[in-house]
Amino acid sequence: MEERIGVFVCHCGSNIAGVVDVKRVAEELGKYPGVAYSTDYTYMCSDPGQTMVKEAIKEHNLSGVIVAACSPTLHEATFRRAGRAAGVNPYQVEIANIREQCSWVHQSDKEAATEKAIKIIKTMVEKARLDEALDPIAVPMTHKALVVGGGIAGIQAALDIANAGYETILVEKGPSIGGHMAQLSETFPTLDCSQCIMTPKMVEVAQHPRVKMMTYSEIEDVSGYVGNFKVKIRKKAAYLDRDICNGCGLCMEKCPAKTPSEFDEGLADRKAIYTPFPQAVPNKPVLDREHCLYFTNDGKCGVCKKICPVQCVDYEQEDEIIEDEVGAIVVATGYDLYPIENLGEYGGGKYPDVITSLQFERMLSASGPTEGEVKRPSDGKVPETVVFLTCCGSRDPEAHMPYCSKVCCMYLTKHAMLYKHKVHDGQAYVFYIDVRTAGKGYEEFYTRAAEEDDVLYLRGKVSKIFQEDGKVVVWGADTLSGKKVEIEADMAVLGLATVPNAAARELANMLKIHTDEWGFLAEAHPKLRPVESLAPGFYLAGAAQGPKDIPEAVAQASGAASKVAHLFAEEEYHREPIIAWIDEDTCAGCRVCVSVCPYDAAEFDDEKGIAVIKEAICEGCGACIAACPSASAQQRNLTDEQVYRMVSAALEG
Amino acid sequence: MRLTIKSEELRDDLIKRVEDLSRQGLLECYQCGKCSAGCPVVNEMDIIPSEVIRLLQIGQLDEALNSKTIWVCASCLQCASRCPKGVEFSNICDALRQMVLRKRLSIPRVDADEVSAIMVSDAPQMGVVGALRKLNG
Ligand SMILES: Cc1cc2nc3c(=O)[nH]c(=O)nc-3n(C[C@H](O)[C@H](O)[C@H](O)COP(=O)(O)OP(=O)(O)OC[C@H]3O[C@@H](n4cnc5c(N)ncnc54)[C@H](O)[C@@H]3O)c2cc1C
Ligand code: SF4
Ligand code: SF4
Repeated sequence: MEERIGVFVCHCGSNIAGVVDVKRVAEELGKYPGVAYSTDYTYMCSDPGQTMVKEAIKEHNLSGVIVAACSPTLHEATFRRAGRAAGVNPYQVEIANIREQCSWVHQSDKEAATEKAIKIIKTMVEKARLDEALDPIAVPMTHKALVVGGGIAGIQAALDIANAGYETILVEKGPSIGGHMAQLSETFPTLDCSQCIMTPKMVEVAQHPRVKMMTYSEIEDVSGYVGNFKVKIRKKAAYLDRDICNGCGLCMEKCPAKTPSEFDEGLADRKAIYTPFPQAVPNKPVLDREHCLYFTNDGKCGVCKKICPVQCVDYEQEDEIIEDEVGAIVVATGYDLYPIENLGEYGGGKYPDVITSLQFERMLSASGPTEGEVKRPSDGKVPETVVFLTCCGSRDPEAHMPYCSKVCCMYLTKHAMLYKHKVHDGQAYVFYIDVRTAGKGYEEFYTRAAEEDDVLYLRGKVSKIFQEDGKVVVWGADTLSGKKVEIEADMAVLGLATVPNAAARELANMLKIHTDEWGFLAEAHPKLRPVESLAPGFYLAGAAQGPKDIPEAVAQASGAASKVAHLFAEEEYHREPIIAWIDEDTCAGCRVCVSVCPYDAAEFDDEKGIAVIKEAICEGCGACIAACPSASAQQRNLTDEQVYRMVSAALEG
Repeated sequence: MRLTIKSEELRDDLIKRVEDLSRQGLLECYQCGKCSAGCPVVNEMDIIPSEVIRLLQIGQLDEALNSKTIWVCASCLQCASRCPKGVEFSNICDALRQMVLRKRLSIPRVDADEVSAIMVSDAPQMGVVGALRKLNG
């Protein structure tokens, strides 16, 4: 059958038509062999434009469609849908990119740009001539999700997926879920107590019939592909049977070994057998082998084992590897604070009264090491003057991180305010470059701090802090009055930058998902696909993707969960059919393809003595096609024959 | 010179007095500079209006009192009508002038009876009213 191809040249307003002579292009293509219809229009992607394509398909009985417009990443899907609606197989609808690859880059030479546009379209006509009608490949799917990270983002994602009706595994590396939010005192901009809004959610997720919560566990390995991942989870030895433990806490009470508490940011000690905080979920301890006297001192302790009323302590316990299958993975591994030691000019890590923002949170927390009283670490004195420093390690492309950490302006404002609520005659200062309050109710919150709590905002970055006569002396500037200023403070709180969780990059490598140069997880599109990874089947939630406050982390988690539910709404997963296939008649069984395939999709069939491609796995990368010495491996709708014809069309004339 | 900011002096009685006399909250100003940008006599001032407020915010009352600015202000109320936070700088100027005048009574005052007829007819009305207000604190 003689093919009947339609060519639709888009002006893209003046984006294309301002450079390329679109009328001439449409006219030239109308004369090209196999083209049954050719036209141009201002905005092909608009409703009238798409209608024009659909009507032309019917009227001219078209067998294939070329839309000459912008990059296929933008509108290939749009026009394939339009084609299908009018009766053309979507894989016989092609985009010729005459914008990014032509009009935008050749604005100074309209004549040459027009010639090039004609050639680009001709090559696509040559491709379309041999395009086969294809159907998406249906693969079976496991309707179960894995959520990595049990902070507020991971908890929300797990709850939403489970409530949508799907089994979910929630994996947290620490002994309890909760993440950083569990450490916070009160939360901006409403000042509700973090624990009060957090703990009910922690309990809800732990008790959800469709959630399998695994704390003190880490991802060991992930293989497979969207819809069909195989995961191995390492359940770390807690040296006690947490299923039997009744959480009585006797062991923690009697344990003689102490070490600084991570949860209290080193402001208090914990035992070697411990729960990180009293409201931990699960409220069952783990034994930290590194600090346990039984392990470090030749078995000379064993108090916990002796005292445990249900005898669940087991020093012989080993890590366990648990295997499972899931269809989608949400990564919600959160953040860490930038190390305070990196801020040498502020005496970070050296002066006891120069502390991190999370330490100050613990100090403000009613259940924290000081029971909510503000006391400086060096001598326990209530500080009368406290200086808060924004942008510590943020917005500093020279020495630290170039990006804005987004939450510190707000939490330092909260800190200054809560400090004033506790120490009425104290004075709080905030040094800032800009006070960033972009959020609902945030500007009002900041105004309250400045006007009602007399917090003095000084516009400038602190240059150094030094200790003198029991004070920390802060040298800064107030650029608004043009003065260098000095403040003799009792304590300084550093608003340290938000950085990705230390283990996140390693995990991202294992999962083969992208990160940005700082290690934050990369989204598929910064505006239109902010909760998905480019790697199919992976979704992102919370501060792991970039600095975020709680409402944003929760919103992103719900977004990721709805994407998972969307994926699971179908029985099977449908993949693009643009993959490799092997010509059984010519394949010599040399197995080169099997050795080059990065996805293990090429397999040797012993019975037939030739290679076969597993359709569910092949990503269509083309490695085997380039490697096959007998040209038996071919890409669907991009065969050697098609490529040859396309190159010929491009070189002609 | 490095300025040492002392917490106890930040909001001391005299600064609070400026707030009382002017009925303006000094901390409400967020230093956008719109008052300075619109002021018609700003070129004659040594310290721009927003910076005078800044000095008061960081406890530097003397510097504000010694500025030429407070005497240059024509009380046209441009700043007050445009401030996004509702701060009336003109009132703050009034308050500062009053504080200077009440302290230094030796400064020659304008006697309404001695203002010549020519001055009354030739000078802009606002100028005469302003002179009387400022110099008779
Ligand atoms: C001092 C301070 C004060 C703040 N105050 C406020 C406030 O008042 N209001 C507000 O809205 N926001 C506030 N924030 C921001 C808030 O902390 C974050 O928005 C929120 O905690 C982000 O949640 P998350 O779940 O994304 O990350 P996290 O809370 O960091 O949780 C991540 C979890 O994942 C786990 N994890 C990491 N890697 C792995 C792995 N490989 N395997 C398994 N588990 C892993 C971690 O152990 C952790 O439990 C504040 C932040 C700071 C620093
Ligand atoms: S949120 Fe504020 S303090 Fe934090 S980096 Fe951005 S500008 Fe600096
Ligand atoms: S216009 Fe108002 S807020 Fe802006 S600097 Fe002047 S007084 Fe302050």
